[in-house]
Amino acid sequence: MIELRDVSYSYGGDALLSDIDLALAPGSFHFLTGPSGAGKTTLLKLCYLELRATRGEVHAFGRDAAALGRDGVAQVRRRVGLVHQDCRFLDHLSVAENVALPLVVSGQDAPERRAELDELLRWVGLHRRRDALPPELSGGERQRAALARAVIMAPDVILADEPTGNLDWEMSLRLLTLLVELNRMGKAILVATHDLNLIRQAKAQVAARVLRIRDRQLQVAGADL
Amino acid sequence: MSRLRALLGLIKGDPRADRVVPPSGFTAQLTVLSAAAMAFLAVFALALSLASGRLAERWGTELAQTSTIRISAPPGQVERQTEAVLEVLRTTPGVALARPLDAAEQRALLEPWFGPDLPVESLPIPQLVEVIETASGYDSEGLRLRLRAEAPGAVLDDHTRWRRPLIAAAERLRALGVVSILLIAMAVAAMVTLAASAALAANAQVIGVLRLVGARDVYIARAFVRRFTLRALTGAAGGTALGMAAVALLPDASAAGGFLTGLGFAGWAWLVPLAIPVFAALVAFLATRNAALRALKGFT
Ligand SMILES: Nc1ncnc2c1ncn2[C@@H]1O[C@H](COP(=O)(O)OP(=O)(O)OP(=O)(O)O)[C@@H](O)[C@H]1O
Ligand SMILES: [Mg+2]
Repeated sequence: MIELRDVSYSYGGDALLSDIDLALAPGSFHFLTGPSGAGKTTLLKLCYLELRATRGEVHAFGRDAAALGRDGVAQVRRRVGLVHQDCRFLDHLSVAENVALPLVVSGQDAPERRAELDELLRWVGLHRRRDALPPELSGGERQRAALARAVIMAPDVILADEPTGNLDWEMSLRLLTLLVELNRMGKAILVATHDLNLIRQAKAQVAARVLRIRDRQLQVAGADL
Repeated sequence: MSRLRALLGLIKGDPRADRVVPPSGFTAQLTVLSAAAMAFLAVFALALSLASGRLAERWGTELAQTSTIRISAPPGQVERQTEAVLEVLRTTPGVALARPLDAAEQRALLEPWFGPDLPVESLPIPQLVEVIETASGYDSEGLRLRLRAEAPGAVLDDHTRWRRPLIAAAERLRALGVVSILLIAMAVAAMVTLAASAALAANAQVIGVLRLVGARDVYIARAFVRRFTLRALTGAAGGTALGMAAVALLPDASAAGGFLTGLGFAGWAWLVPLAIPVFAALVAFLATRNAALRALKGFT
């Protein structure tokens, strides 16, 4: 559904990533690891079209990203759930409104969806904090809210950047369980993480591929994990 | 038409879409205030334009009517000079019709002053000739010279002609009023563009988040457009109301001044300034939409 072919990227100087090939097919589950500053976030940004490849091609849902206008990019993002590393929210809206934002901006916030929203907030353990403002949330609560926002549109692809960075182990497992569940429904999942325990736990449940960025290249990590 | 529908849709609005951009306190008031001031000025420009238009029109129709030639001569010569005058007028370009008034008409003219029993025939009353000119008019100096040669007792009285430059001035004044209204509209557009651009720049973060969750440019623009349109509408409505009240309270000059028609609005023309708030809203709508879509093109 999202495909990178021979992609390179640089922020201006030397290439940060080069010759990257990656295909997020329906039902696939990828982990992305690598040292801090290796370019994990950058790679995810290429996948959701925040950055444009300096070389190579990015295809999203069969369309060449280079040919997409801003409306086309918006359409793609409605099918991609995103958990940002720095969880950006609209600070003047409540948690519930932020989680429902993708529905609102795509004109799908029908009243029937309210029940779904409640269920989702309960699932991430934020139903009691639903009227809080994002700056009032703890780091873990922010990540859970970001996850809820990422999945509310039932997207085809879910990209998560360090989604468990601020979560305790129990909450991390709950998040993993949700991702695995979504993966079994055929969604493509890509999770950038340093959390090796999480990766091991996941491998016990699904056939996840582990990718590693080393020397600007994308490698498949072996059993050394 | 589709713009109008978009405008109506905006005003009905989607309050939720409006909420995605944080409220802005102080600068919002400034937009309302300047829209009000501009609308107030627009009311006066409109009043000026309509009043000078009315004046030009009234003077114009009076002028198009008549002038008169008065023939005072010793009793025996009146008839001959009248003939001569008519002959001159027949060959004067710009004269549509020339007609000597008969005794009954002359008596009717004098009646208000001398009563009904005036023996017109026995008095040395000058003979009057009514001249109706064509649209282009005649050359009064030339006519005067020819009359002096052909009928020394004839005097051309073209009392309405001196108004001609005044009519031109009134028409120019009307045009200036229209230009002022256009300038005011441009100032509103510029002011709204500046305010909207500032609001967009201040909300770059918000726009970034909206983009991430799949908002299209038109959606993001709409939140700003709706706001500024409503602000311009409320401000202009207030300013228009004040302006109209001020015009209504102007001292009535038409009675005292005689030739003035008064600076205010007349009759149905009171409805015209009501278009100002709608026009201001339309200008704000287009200006914000333009500014927003252009700014959003700049954000990556
Ligand atoms: N907007 C930018 N302009 C210039 N350089 C940037 C920009 N964003 C990131 N970088 C640089 O690119 C490199 C990769 O950044 P990136 O955020 O992709 O790393 P990461 O693998 O996600 O790291 P972490 O594990 O710490 O999140 C870093 O050296 C960073 O400083
Ligand atoms: Mg990162």
